[in-house]
Amino acid sequence: MIRTQAVSRAYGDTLVVDNVTLDIPACGVTSIIGPNGAGKSTLLSMVSRLLDMSAGSVTVDGLDVTSTPSDVLARRLSILRQDNHISARITVRDLIGFGRYPHSKGRLTVEDRSHIDKAIDYLDLGALSDRFLDELSGGQRQRAFVAMVLAQDTDYVLLDEPLNNLDMKHAMGMMKLMRQAASELGKTVVLVLHDINFASWYSDYIVAMKGGKVAAQGPAPEMIRPDVLSEIYEMDIKVHEIGGQLISVYYG
Amino acid sequence: MPERSTSPGLSPRQVLIILAALAAVSITAFMVIGAKGSWGFVLPFRGTKVWGIAMVGGAIAVATVLFQTITANRILTPGIMGYDALFRLVRTVQIFFLGGLSYATFNAQLQFALETVLMVGLSTLLFRWLFNRAARDLYLLVLVGIVFGVLFRSLAGLMQRLINPNDYAVLQDVMFAGFNTIDKSLLMVSTLAILGTGVWVWRLLPALDVLNLGRDNAINLGVAYRSVVSQVLIIIAILVSVSTALVGPVTFFGLLVSNLAYMLIRSHKHALILPAAVLLAIIALIGGQVILERVFGFDSALAIIIELVGGVVFIAMLLKGNRK
Repeated sequence: MIRTQAVSRAYGDTLVVDNVTLDIPACGVTSIIGPNGAGKSTLLSMVSRLLDMSAGSVTVDGLDVTSTPSDVLARRLSILRQDNHISARITVRDLIGFGRYPHSKGRLTVEDRSHIDKAIDYLDLGALSDRFLDELSGGQRQRAFVAMVLAQDTDYVLLDEPLNNLDMKHAMGMMKLMRQAASELGKTVVLVLHDINFASWYSDYIVAMKGGKVAAQGPAPEMIRPDVLSEIYEMDIKVHEIGGQLISVYYG
Repeated sequence: MPERSTSPGLSPRQVLIILAALAAVSITAFMVIGAKGSWGFVLPFRGTKVWGIAMVGGAIAVATVLFQTITANRILTPGIMGYDALFRLVRTVQIFFLGGLSYATFNAQLQFALETVLMVGLSTLLFRWLFNRAARDLYLLVLVGIVFGVLFRSLAGLMQRLINPNDYAVLQDVMFAGFNTIDKSLLMVSTLAILGTGVWVWRLLPALDVLNLGRDNAINLGVAYRSVVSQVLIIIAILVSVSTALVGPVTFFGLLVSNLAYMLIRSHKHALILPAAVLLAIIALIGGQVILERVFGFDSALAIIIELVGGVVFIAMLLKGNRK
């Protein structure tokens, strides 16, 4: 379980994340939704020790993220942020191989290679595995980075807007993969998502943030309701049930 | 320069072998071409020179590649962060307070050791402070480095105007060294310092490769980011001190060899890029020296030519980056 205890982050006088106390349940897919500037990515960065907290503490399976050695955490929790600019020339396979660094510190074993091959298969990167990253499209690169995180094989997988740049087919494939990782491998997947229909369809638990605070949280069906969503996004959102799934409509 | 190796057919290992061969040819040519008189004199005399040039070239090449890795930027060099400006300031301050005579008669090795320790100390202090302040923004760090560089240069300039002409002459002598006037008494100490940092870099190699992925991904993969970057900054301080003490500041040379190395090696692995950059540095400096001195009969113009070529490459890279 990921537990945040009164976590805050201030830039100057502005509180971007304001006193957030939150339990993210283990095993399952949790989506964090909310309008721009709600503090979703900032919270995720603090949970994954990429950003120092101004106040509060975060534990992952009881390990305090600020005091636990980085390489110990790297075998338990992985994080992928949105912008991954790389100036070095790296092939897709080598990039995914870096996911094994926490386990083997750069010397790949047979087991590492099987993890890498599996990650390449999962993300449908077989044909691209020997290409250099700077020769790929934004969506292909995004999938390569997700494959790296999968090869890291951690119990907790945190992804900041993983569907960015992906077409419908690959976006759906990505979410199915996360769903499968949670249900079959018992992983805890935490996603920051902008598309509430993806959140509705694939997640077990939804946390909605607004203005740096947690505005609402609960199992997905309880969150995808017109009153809850309209309140969070400050716009008129209707919810329809289509084929047993809750779908939000907010166009026009 | 071996442009032909850019063809995709050559593996990094083959490129390294070709570069090593070219470096060996350069060194041999430098040692034997135009030698008159007894070999017993010529070989040790030229050997010391080759040794010094190789050390300096290697130090600059490694310092630049490391700096470019931690900043994830291929047009930055340690010179931009004011490393060599700091070194010059340290020298100026010494002459300012000690006077030219006692400076010139001071034990060279001891002085060099003191300067290096001072450099490492000051730059570590500076970067620790900056890292705690600017926490995550390396660009801010570089920007502050540039500003400090200007500050160091101005402070040194001020002191240089205040000292008496005799001291200034001593200062000028130690400031504007070239590849032809390598201080031989420092060669042994420098070699030890460079070999020491070499072992240090060797141990950091896997972590350096991960740093290629950027700060966030490196932390995600369990690299102790702050510690590794601090160590790299210390290594750079040592290497720059050594090379500046031996030949004086060079601005664009590192840029030239590091980018050639990336181009030829086409890999992210520092275990391949660093040797390639060192070999390229040796080829450029020693091979260039042979061609200039022995073939064209020029003296000591190599540093200027390399800086010119490096400067042009720098501008070309800026323009290319702009177009993207």
